[in-house]
Amino acid sequence: MSLDAELARRMYLDMWRIRMFEEEANRQTGLGNVAGALHLYCGEEAVGVGVCAHLRDDDYVLGTHRSHGHCLAKGAPMNDMMAELFGKETGSCAGKGGSMHVADLSKNILGANGIVAGGIGPATGTGMATKIRGTDQVSVCFFGDGAAARGPFHEGILMGSLWKLPVVYVCENNGYQQWVRRENVAVVDSVATMAASYDIPGVSVDGQDVVEVHEAAGEAIDRARRGEGPTLLEARTYRYFGHSMGDREEYRTREEVEDWRDNRDPIALFRAYMAERQWLTGREDEEIRTAAKEAVTAAVEFADASAYPPLAAAHADVLDTEWRADA
Amino acid sequence: MPTELLMPALSPTMIEGTLARWLVKEGDSVTSGDVLAEIETDKATMELEAVDDGEIGELLIPEGTDGVRVNQPIAILLAEGESAAALTPVPASAPTVARAGEGSAPAGKPGTARPARPEAARPPDAGVPVGTETVSLTVREALRDAMAEEMRRDPKVFLMGEEVAEYEGAYKVSQGLLDEFGPRRVIDTPITEQGFAGVGVGAAFNGLRPIVEFMTFNFSMQAIDQIVNSAAKTLYMSGGQMTCAIVFRGPNGPASRVAAQHSQDYAAWYAHVPGLKVVAPCFAADAKGLLKAAIRDPNPVVFLENELLYGRSGEVPILDDFVVPIGRSSVVREGADVTIVSYSMGVEKSLRAAAALEAEGIDAEVVDLRTLRPMDTGTIVDSVKKTNRLVTVEEAWGTCGIGAEISARLMEQAFDWLDAPVARVSGEDVPMPYAANLERLALPQAEGIAEAARSVFRGS
Repeated sequence: MSLDAELARRMYLDMWRIRMFEEEANRQTGLGNVAGALHLYCGEEAVGVGVCAHLRDDDYVLGTHRSHGHCLAKGAPMNDMMAELFGKETGSCAGKGGSMHVADLSKNILGANGIVAGGIGPATGTGMATKIRGTDQVSVCFFGDGAAARGPFHEGILMGSLWKLPVVYVCENNGYQQWVRRENVAVVDSVATMAASYDIPGVSVDGQDVVEVHEAAGEAIDRARRGEGPTLLEARTYRYFGHSMGDREEYRTREEVEDWRDNRDPIALFRAYMAERQWLTGREDEEIRTAAKEAVTAAVEFADASAYPPLAAAHADVLDTEWRADA
Repeated sequence: MPTELLMPALSPTMIEGTLARWLVKEGDSVTSGDVLAEIETDKATMELEAVDDGEIGELLIPEGTDGVRVNQPIAILLAEGESAAALTPVPASAPTVARAGEGSAPAGKPGTARPARPEAARPPDAGVPVGTETVSLTVREALRDAMAEEMRRDPKVFLMGEEVAEYEGAYKVSQGLLDEFGPRRVIDTPITEQGFAGVGVGAAFNGLRPIVEFMTFNFSMQAIDQIVNSAAKTLYMSGGQMTCAIVFRGPNGPASRVAAQHSQDYAAWYAHVPGLKVVAPCFAADAKGLLKAAIRDPNPVVFLENELLYGRSGEVPILDDFVVPIGRSSVVREGADVTIVSYSMGVEKSLRAAAALEAEGIDAEVVDLRTLRPMDTGTIVDSVKKTNRLVTVEEAWGTCGIGAEISARLMEQAFDWLDAPVARVSGEDVPMPYAANLERLALPQAEGIAEAARSVFRGS
């Protein structure tokens, strides 16, 4: 799917929706409406948006602890997501999952995942099922650079490659594994180089450049859909906020964060790219930001007005008691 | 109590072998470590050593016999002062028909022995008409048949794991499945437990019905994150959107002489987790019917088999679709004096204990839990209302175990019916030792179960 003005404007809107959703979620944490370990995606918007722009509703996405952006980019309703963060019964997961477990089966978003590398095996499995069924969906698995140290990364990609499964493994390398710099705990700089061990393409792109992400993701997704097997796509990116709430960020300087925000911001870079091609007027830019802002405001109102789950919900959905006709 | 010496396995896949030569004769005294016999297969030979001190009571299989099945009793070892007649026949499987008149006169103390009582018929499971014909199958064959029938019935069912396809399973449970269903549905994986458990979970998310075999549940510790965090919790975390219909199966529990890392019972680990169902059958019929139920269940099911039971035969109903419901325990021996409740291999040992107790005039009821989660507490409570005494038996460590859970439930639900404190029989609180005598000591044995039953019986 090549990039044109219309698609670019849609992606630009998605990036703003994510940015504003995350900033609002952060604000709502301060107000006490959102709790727990909130991992914000600000700064990494180009990755989720660049990849998901290629995906159909029936393609699968599995995420990480930092997956609000993936879910919004894949089309999860913002109202439901905000309500989920508020712990309300109207939330994506009826208020029982929260930030780290947002899932939306209607968009085949099979869940954020609070376990580092926890989604890589299941993403590979959705690909395996797709191959067994003989359909042509693609599974995309997002994970951070920390996951690349874990067993499921190696085991999952091994099987993905062994069976040529339609999976794209997307590593968001933001340079930090929680509170430690990657170079202190990793021996190779680029996660993409690890693809060589599994005989699949390993591609490293500038994760702040949505155009570059979009192009590389397109090739990987097309390859997967053609049945030629997985790709390991690494996007070098940066997170503006701490790892999660309450991070004092003593492991990095304020200047470093300011430098990325001022010079490497994915939204600003994309706006400049579009302006250069006359794909975005100042008025359109204003309209897009207003639309994003209104969506977030509406989502907060929706979440705020929603009820908490009834207490009976605590014991619901532990087991599936429905004996399906096709079982 | 006399000990049956069983045909040993030279390898995990050995099914039968030749009893080449006896080096002892009936009446010989032996000490632990003495070589008793030579066993051969087409690949290897080995010497069978005595595990305990004692006297050779009876040689059940003459030397030179081919085709002796693994775990088949080949001799009887008597402890000091015992006679060969003290050995009460042990059923190879739960009886499925009343065997009136077969009860042998017990040779225990004459004053306390009761008249021989026909062994109780197992109550038929729902859906098995009285008079249904049966066929003798090993547990291994029953499990294979269950998978094959479900794979024929539902194209969404497939099997994956280490060595399940070409090698037909490390313990030969998947014999013939690759031939019948092909490599798309019978899939060898790399040695990647966490990886392939996760792959199975993802396939289940995508609507297939995977059967994931662990070569043994010891290796499932590598995968427990996927079993608990991905399979068990997803329905709940997703607010009911996403189901995960998957079976994790394989041999669990103490095996024979493989030491601490390969000999452990995970029943309590998995029974602890909401969102899982946990099944641990003892008999061939239950193995088949419960595995079929597990494969059809919309939830993740941990299906615990037992290596030492794979070769045991039992009667399996001949029905087009024999399914045993998950969550229902089974009274495998009726009795009035004490209830013994267990699962998997513990049931077999409990039946041996019950046979010994019968000779002393203690009438034990044996309950096979079959499912550990959800646990059929009602059947245990009903039994205790009759016997007023309970012994729990598990091969696992006792601490925070299945017996502890049952004991607590009885405190809540049957306290006033108990005439004695619940007694727990479990594995010793140590990693499994290798040495034969220590391994035997570390595991519940029929003698210990019988002793526990005596203590709760006489303590009242």
